[in-house]
Amino acid sequence: MNFELLIQLIVNGLIVGLLYGVIGMCFVLVYKSTQIVNFAQGEFLLIGAWVCWASLIYLELPFFLGFMLTLVFMAGFGVLLQMIVLRPMIGEPIISVIMVTIGLSIFFQALMKWIFGVSPQSYPKVFDTESINILGLNVEMAYLMSTLIALVIMVAFYLFFKHSKHGLAMRATAFDQQASQSLGISVKHVFAMSWGIAATVSATAGIVLGMVNGVSDSLSIMGIKVFPAVILGGLDSIVGAIVGGLIIGVLENVAEFFDSQYLHIGNMYDIAPFYVLLIILWFKPYGLFGTQNIERI
Amino acid sequence: MSSLAMRPCGDFRTSYKQDNTIFETKTIRWVTIFTIIALCFAPLFLDGYFITLLIQISYLGIAALGLNILVGYTGQISLGHGAFFGFGAFASAWLNTSMNIPVFLCIPLAGFLTMGVGMMFGAPAARIKGLYLAIATLASQFIIEDFFARAEWFSGGAAGSMADPVNLFGFSFDTDESFYYIALFALVFMFIWGCNLMRSRDGRAFVAVRDHYLSAEIMGVKLNKYRLLSFGISSFYAGIGGALYAHYLGYVSAEGFTIMMSIQFLAMIIIGGLGSIKGTLMGVVFMVFLPEVLESGVGVMKMTDWGNIPMVIDGLAYIKEMAIGLVIIGFLIFEPEGLAHRWTQIKNYWKFYPFAY
Repeated sequence: MNFELLIQLIVNGLIVGLLYGVIGMCFVLVYKSTQIVNFAQGEFLLIGAWVCWASLIYLELPFFLGFMLTLVFMAGFGVLLQMIVLRPMIGEPIISVIMVTIGLSIFFQALMKWIFGVSPQSYPKVFDTESINILGLNVEMAYLMSTLIALVIMVAFYLFFKHSKHGLAMRATAFDQQASQSLGISVKHVFAMSWGIAATVSATAGIVLGMVNGVSDSLSIMGIKVFPAVILGGLDSIVGAIVGGLIIGVLENVAEFFDSQYLHIGNMYDIAPFYVLLIILWFKPYGLFGTQNIERI
Repeated sequence: MSSLAMRPCGDFRTSYKQDNTIFETKTIRWVTIFTIIALCFAPLFLDGYFITLLIQISYLGIAALGLNILVGYTGQISLGHGAFFGFGAFASAWLNTSMNIPVFLCIPLAGFLTMGVGMMFGAPAARIKGLYLAIATLASQFIIEDFFARAEWFSGGAAGSMADPVNLFGFSFDTDESFYYIALFALVFMFIWGCNLMRSRDGRAFVAVRDHYLSAEIMGVKLNKYRLLSFGISSFYAGIGGALYAHYLGYVSAEGFTIMMSIQFLAMIIIGGLGSIKGTLMGVVFMVFLPEVLESGVGVMKMTDWGNIPMVIDGLAYIKEMAIGLVIIGFLIFEPEGLAHRWTQIKNYWKFYPFAY
């Protein structure tokens, strides 16, 4: 058994898992505050990565400026999307809500392919050194940065929801819309804000992933891969999203390892999370940290 | 039973029999019968291109009706219908080539096989619903897709598998015109069956489960049984549609049955109208003609000076995809009840014209 490879894979899994956690957090944020399941999460990553890439290549901005520009753009984009497309869907049955976000996902995926083409593009070099050695393991600089950014985002989320007025308003809205409305919270603003935050943070994750693997259409798959993570953690738990993301990130790498070493089934990296997803839904549909939905007549 | 020529405004039905008819009025019945007879003679008048479109409408329509029974009538969500459609296609080809079962038997058998698979993957529906079920079926879509790519004994792996044309009493239905009759027969048969299903106890139980499952359970409708049954019937329809597709093209490969196909089926029933059999057909016709219309639209643009730019001409595939997304969003925002509802509104408008109130 190749322990060195296994440990390397587990570390990779944790790093990618943190990013799953970040994307999952956005997903949970939107679901919790607006009751909308966002199937277009992956497209946020894709759009963010492409916008940043375009601002670096065509506008020739320095990385930091391009990054900031992307964040501002994505915040506006998320808010606009909520206002134009998703506000009419409030109160519609769940199938309609799901289909609208799927429609958005198809539309933006095709639009990005149309504008930027299908071939993957890589970012201009941001770091001088490619990878550094930590405790005998090779860690790519971009991965290191992604870990840092993910941790920063998580701390920022924590501080925002715990200590800011807007965060409190969002938590209140998630808990009880009518009560918070009667206390003077603008639910409209909260909805728009949660989409803005989700779009911005997802775009950050998209840029980080784009720096590692290059920007291409395949970024949008992350939006689907995040489902196993959030279901495992519980759909309405932000902590659950992070834990679920880490577990799924490690799991797909370990599954890949055992598959390549012993089983030789192939394609385990992509498909193992979905088997796990089905098993969770069978035995514990509300996940590790989710609240069980109790229905009264 | 004697029925009226026109539907009166208001509800004047006095018996269960009147409430249960397939055709509400005499006119609708005769229009339907004449449409079917006219479609039988269609190959004499229409050119080959339209016949292929009609065949496409048939096999997609059968599968879409299955999805509408599941989503529109029972209120369950499935994002894996495309995979079941593919399973039907592969199952029929596999039964035919490896077991040497004649093709016209393969098609229903493939339907039953798909039904089994659908019930297996629909089993979580007994415990979960709504969003969770959507995600569970999404997972099954990916798992079945992966199975197609891997199971070479079943699907031929990357190479795909061949499917013989339908052969009945020594006559081979291998041209578009002859296959058209098979497809038309299957379409009419499956739609009549769907209509009748919805008039039966099971159909009413489906609707009860959709409208208020707790009340339905109190009334004695076994929830688990009907949720599972609905998954089974929907996959059976998908399997039949897929099998027809396989024997029409003569060749099945795994690439076609992606999540995109599942979404297109959902788009068809949403555009047509959830919980409407007539609407299903309208939605399918809409979705089949949409890319064709776009294609000719781009063709027209190509002839103008300002439209003849490579961006538009090379981007046709993406424009088609974007149009699907836009149509889904547009219908959900502006006409969530679908084309069937719009059709009723148009009829009502003209019925009262010019004295609409």
